[in-house]
Amino acid sequence: MIFLTTGTQLPFDRLVRALDAWAEVSNPSCDIFGQVLPPPHDPYTPRNFKTKARLSPAEYAEVFNKAHLIISHAGMGTILTALTQGKQICIMPRQVKYDEHRNDHQLATVERLKDHPGLFKVHDEDDLPRCLDAAMRSLETSQTSSIDPFAAKDFTDRLRKFILTTGK
Amino acid sequence: MSARPKLMVVASAGGHWVQLMRLRKAWDDLQIIYVSTEPGLADIVQSMARHEGNPPPKFASVTDANLSEKISLIRQLFEVFLIVLRNRPDVIITTGAAPGYFALRFGRLFGARTIWIDSMANAERLSKSGQEVGKYADLWLTQWEHLARPEGPHYMGVVL
Repeated sequence: MIFLTTGTQLPFDRLVRALDAWAEVSNPSCDIFGQVLPPPHDPYTPRNFKTKARLSPAEYAEVFNKAHLIISHAGMGTILTALTQGKQICIMPRQVKYDEHRNDHQLATVERLKDHPGLFKVHDEDDLPRCLDAAMRSLETSQTSSIDPFAAKDFTDRLRKFILTTGK
Repeated sequence: MSARPKLMVVASAGGHWVQLMRLRKAWDDLQIIYVSTEPGLADIVQSMARHEGNPPPKFASVTDANLSEKISLIRQLFEVFLIVLRNRPDVIITTGAAPGYFALRFGRLFGARTIWIDSMANAERLSKSGQEVGKYADLWLTQWEHLARPEGPHYMGVVL
C-alpha cells in the first residue's frame, strides 16, 4: 500500500493532484490511501484513491504500518516515523508562494536533511513521477534499514542530567 | 538530596511530538505528565510506558491551535495554565509549538526549570516561539549546529 499524508493542519492539493496524475499513468498494482485535509475552496478529489481528513493516532499507526511507501509533505514527524519503521518515503516541500504554509521551512528541511537510505527528496510536482518510479523500483529490489527509535544516547544522557539536577 | 523531580513533557501532536518522544530515555522511570493536543495519544503513552517498564504517566490534552487561530489559542493558554497550576512540575521539557511555549512561561512563573528544544524543522532560523522563549528557558536548544550562538540557543544534539 502507498500512504499519502500531508499532516492534519493544512491542505496540500498540489501534492494530491501530482500523486493522482502519476497513479493515472503508471497504474500501480497496490492501493493508495491519503490522509489529506481538503482546502475550503475547490478541493481536489482524486480519481485513483480515497482520502480522509484526519486519522486518529491508532488509525494512523495502523495505516502507516501497512504501507510500503509513504508520500508526504516535508514534515519532520512523518519523516522520522517512516525512517524509524524502515519505510520508503518521498517528501515534497510545501511552499509559501503557493500559500501552502506560513514560511518556507520545509524547503530548508529538504535542503539540509542528510541522505538516508529509503528517503527520496522531491523538489516539486514535476519531479514527483521520477521519484515515485525510483521508489517503486527500489521497493522490489532493496531492503530499507530502520533507524533507532531513540535519539543518540549522548544527547538524552545530557538532558537527563539536567532534569535530575535539583535547584536552579 | 530531594525527591526525584516531577517532569512535564509538552508538545503539540505531529512533528513536535514525534521529535520529543525520541528523547524519552532522558526521563525513564520518572514521574511524568504528558501534555499534547490529541486526546488519542493518552492510550499510546500508557502502552508505551507499560512496554518499557515505566510507571504509568499522566496525560492531559489541550485545544489544538496555531498562531493564526486566536480564539483557540486563548483557550489553549487557559488550559495549559490550569494544568501547570494543578501539577506544579519541577521541570518542563518541550519541542513546541504553542502549548510548549505557554507551559514553559507558566512553569517558569511557578519556579520550574525549563527546557526548550527547537524543532528540527527550523533549519534556517528558530521558530517564532523559539526565539521569544530564549530568555525564559534554563536550557535553550536548537537542533542545528549552525544556528547555535554563544549566548544561546545552544546545540546539544539532534533527535535524528
